[in-house]
Amino acid sequence: MGILEVSNLHLTINGTRILNDVTLDFWEGHVHAVVGPNGAGKSTLAAAIMGLEGYRDVEGDIRFEGQSITGLSVDQRAKKGITLAWQEPARYEGLSVAKFLGAAAADGGITAEEALEQVGLSPARYLHRAVDKSLSGGERKKLELASILVMEPRFVMLDEPDSGIDVASLHKIFEGIQSLRKQGATVVLITHSITVMKQAEHAFLFCGGRLIDKGRTPSILPYFEGECLPCDHQNVPTRGGDEHGHE
Amino acid sequence: MDMNNLLEMAGVNGALQDPDTAHLAIDVHRVMSKNLVPGLQVETEEAEGVIRVRIRVEEGAHIHRPVHLCFGITHQQAQQLIDMDVEVGRKARIEVLSHCIFPRATDVRHQMQARIHVGEDASYRYLEKHIHSDRGGLAVYPSAQVELERGARFSTDFELVRGRVGTLAIDYVLTGRYHSILEMVSRVNGRGDDDISIREVGYLVGEHARGALTSRVAVRDRAQAQVYNKLRATAPHARGHVDCKEIIQDDGKATAIPIVEVVHPLAHVTHEAAIGSVDTKQLETLMARGLDEDQATELIIEGLLS
Ligand SMILES: Nc1ncnc2c1ncn2[C@@H]1O[C@H](COP(=O)(O)OP(=O)(O)OP(=O)(O)O)[C@@H](O)[C@H]1O
Ligand SMILES: [Mg+2]
Repeated sequence: MGILEVSNLHLTINGTRILNDVTLDFWEGHVHAVVGPNGAGKSTLAAAIMGLEGYRDVEGDIRFEGQSITGLSVDQRAKKGITLAWQEPARYEGLSVAKFLGAAAADGGITAEEALEQVGLSPARYLHRAVDKSLSGGERKKLELASILVMEPRFVMLDEPDSGIDVASLHKIFEGIQSLRKQGATVVLITHSITVMKQAEHAFLFCGGRLIDKGRTPSILPYFEGECLPCDHQNVPTRGGDEHGHE
Repeated sequence: MDMNNLLEMAGVNGALQDPDTAHLAIDVHRVMSKNLVPGLQVETEEAEGVIRVRIRVEEGAHIHRPVHLCFGITHQQAQQLIDMDVEVGRKARIEVLSHCIFPRATDVRHQMQARIHVGEDASYRYLEKHIHSDRGGLAVYPSAQVELERGARFSTDFELVRGRVGTLAIDYVLTGRYHSILEMVSRVNGRGDDDISIREVGYLVGEHARGALTSRVAVRDRAQAQVYNKLRATAPHARGHVDCKEIIQDDGKATAIPIVEVVHPLAHVTHEAAIGSVDTKQLETLMARGLDEDQATELIIEGLLS
């Protein structure tokens, strides 16, 4: 039994089915990757698990530690230890980095300074800056991860944690993922990057709102290595020689 | 409660005791204390129902420490009318911190009418900080006509530090000549039945004149806000920006009327206006870190108004 189980999840927005009969488990203390082409439904799955506005009205069930969470608000889910780092994080006029991190901080957890150091942002330079448009895209992504680190979550989804991150800083993101894991968190990495995917033990391949394949990461990796091509019906990627008839 | 209590409340006692810091403290229409520094002249005239204040900064004078103007009302009921003339001489520089302290008001009217002339290459920075009662029994009417000569610079920042707004009507008209810069920022948080009106009109009449009008307003309960910001550019290379954000909650009502008028092909004025509840993604991000909706809203508004 996983710490978080998704069963027969359907989500329809404005008449379009975005998630279609998704069933999967995330294992406690493990790192998982969710991969698939643009528009596959990866961020939508994360939004449904977090219970974001517009993504709450699901069919099927999402259970955390055996209890259904589909009726809970975002903050109620967060209080259970579930959280999400956004693909494109929000900006806040006038709100300082110190206050932003302070708001997320757990009692007795790591400090804002430690979290900034971990993601490669110097506390002296950043603590008093605003979380507004003046931060670069990469800085904002690093800060998003820092806000997760201070929270010490139990179940965390990182939506494209490497996007906008320079090559030299990438190891900082990996260190962040490892320290989440050391804290005992269950981690979900949504990504398009092989290197990030390789941080995970398990992987889920999505396409067209469906879970296409799952397994240990090496078994899903070929999708990135040219052996799996998006097929021409419904943008469903297929593996060599499977039922869609690609070679 | 006397004027000293008010000054303590505003945290300016230290500054008022410093001989190198200029100040003027007024209780309703009576001058309680005054200190001047070289380059600065302040004359006052107490008349029936009004206090007249004339401020002169001599040509080339740089007043290094902020000048504190304290307008207090210790009573629950009172009317205060301030008629102010400010003349900042050529190449002079001054920063004024104006403290308006009405912590006991149940029925107080504070009106300021100012004429401000900022000379060539001079700079006038004006920060207005208000402390009001929690009952909101206040009507505050700050108005000013501001003239900026070539290369002059004028900036204001209006902030309610504590208490309820009551009725607030800001009314400023500003004119900027060649290479002048005008910047106005107002941040107001309305609750209960507060009534906020901000009216700022800037005329960029000189080449390369620049102007920015920024308003940040939050209204909740039954509070109302009306923001009318206008910039008119009539000279080549004049640049301006009007930026208004209002957050409404509960039964709050907000209007934003940004007007940009450009009558020269080489001038450029832009505007941004947003009214609405707190942004969902901002809110949900904080909620996903464990804050409840009210705490998250509070933090977002606090940032916006800081
Ligand atoms: N609120 C919405 N309204 C309408 N369509 C939506 C909404 N949210 C998502 N979609 C659609 O659902 C599909 C899945 O979107 P999602 O953001 O989950 O993709 P993704 O797998 O994260 O893609 P990417 O790799 O580009 O981030 C897309 O076609 C998207 O346009
Ligand atoms: Mg996505």
